Amino acid sequence: MGLAVVLALLVVPEDADQGVSQRIFYIHVPIALTAYFCFGLGAWKALRLLWTREEHFDLESYVAVHQGTIFGALTLLTGSIWAKASWNVWWTWSSRQLVLFLVLFLFYCAYFMLRYSIEEGARRARSSAVYALFGVVLIPISFLAIRLAQDFVHPVVFNISGPQMSASMFATFCVSWAAVTLLAYVLYRVELLGKRVDADLRELRETLERPRPSVPRLDEQMPTGVGS
Amino acid sequence: MTAYVADVAALAHKDLKVELRTRDTLPAMLLFVVATLVVFHFALPADAGDDAAYGLLWIAIVFTALVGLARAWVPEHEHGVLEGLVLAPCDRSAIWLGKTIAALAFLAAAQVVALPAFALFFAPLDAPALLGVVLADLGICAVGSLLAAMAAATRSREVLLPLLLLPLAMPLVVGGVGSAIAPEPGRYLLFLALYDAVFAVLSWASFEYVVTE
Amino acid sequence: MSQGDYVAAAYAVVLVVVLAYVAIIAAKLTRLQRQVSDLVELARRRR
Repeated sequence: MGLAVVLALLVVPEDADQGVSQRIFYIHVPIALTAYFCFGLGAWKALRLLWTREEHFDLESYVAVHQGTIFGALTLLTGSIWAKASWNVWWTWSSRQLVLFLVLFLFYCAYFMLRYSIEEGARRARSSAVYALFGVVLIPISFLAIRLAQDFVHPVVFNISGPQMSASMFATFCVSWAAVTLLAYVLYRVELLGKRVDADLRELRETLERPRPSVPRLDEQMPTGVGS
Repeated sequence: MTAYVADVAALAHKDLKVELRTRDTLPAMLLFVVATLVVFHFALPADAGDDAAYGLLWIAIVFTALVGLARAWVPEHEHGVLEGLVLAPCDRSAIWLGKTIAALAFLAAAQVVALPAFALFFAPLDAPALLGVVLADLGICAVGSLLAAMAAATRSREVLLPLLLLPLAMPLVVGGVGSAIAPEPGRYLLFLALYDAVFAVLSWASFEYVVTE
Repeated sequence: MSQGDYVAAAYAVVLVVVLAYVAIIAAKLTRLQRQVSDLVELARRRR
């Protein structure tokens, strides 16, 4: 994991100078892409849950959505900083990606509220799964909506331009993207593992704390002459 | 097929009948929407254009829909009606469809009052705007019925339904306002139709999973 | 703040969030470890 982070940082010096603030692109966009991917993964796991009814998909879907939300928040933060650097405003409604992420962020925060409000069990798993599916469908629809809205909400003055990338910039971008993806993957596995262990331990504790059914111990049946 | 339609009709009919007898949802919605419009008048600065008014109309519509949806689902859960319906030998998605139709009826009834009131207080509504309202109503009720069912089973249901619905309602507001104020409303109406198609199918298909144990 | 500072800020934010996340997971693992030793104790007593 440390390697992934170091890689992401080393990428920066490599980049050709096209206006310093453009360097934020290398971390902002991979994070955004990773967030989309996490939401997609969450929805896929959710679909599998609804198909097969196997419990473990619920946890996997939840962790994926959790990751996606964190990366989504990071996208908003880095995007905001980029906006401040480029156009001197902390927020702008003109940036389609930022607005989309805001809507998605709100949507997935509501996901957690939903989960907290339902008792643990099949009901919660299924409702969360359906909601996660809605989220993924919402992504393109929201994007369209935002695009339509810009026609009358704001003249499209600014644009985070997808730069015409030279070969070295593209390579840098790919390295950065790989690094962020790797980071996300590692975090996903670690968190999933932690949650599974937590659940298993809880079950173990419940089993151990239950009073044992009385089974006569073997040595009580032995003739009393021994060891008394 | 006809059994399905009959189920849906029966369910929708039940909701409407109950409402006719008890009359607790529709008057609340009507009052809410007109009161909201009046408040909006004071919320708008004097020189705000018509466009701003259309935006506020849509906020009023969304929140009125929320009121209606909440009232439609909470009693179902409290009196165990939902469990009973789920146990009945009908396709679960018929429950959703019946509820959606009923919610649509309530919303439309509220709007029969609200839209003329809006036209009176603020700005006229032309055909594309009205079509936008109709299409968006479909979307709100379709998605809202599913989300309301989800939220009804939770502890914090009054707060949860708006939380769940608002991000999903955002595209509808865009479509609705756009069809009211844009010089070429066709695109927005098409978008609303797309939203309705996609989310109605999704809600119809996934309702079963939300309601069963 | 110069533009370069903003770049640094952006990367710093990411780093901080990731580190915070790792710290939270580490804390959780510590808690789990304590639970494991509790349970080992419980199991020993029952034997």
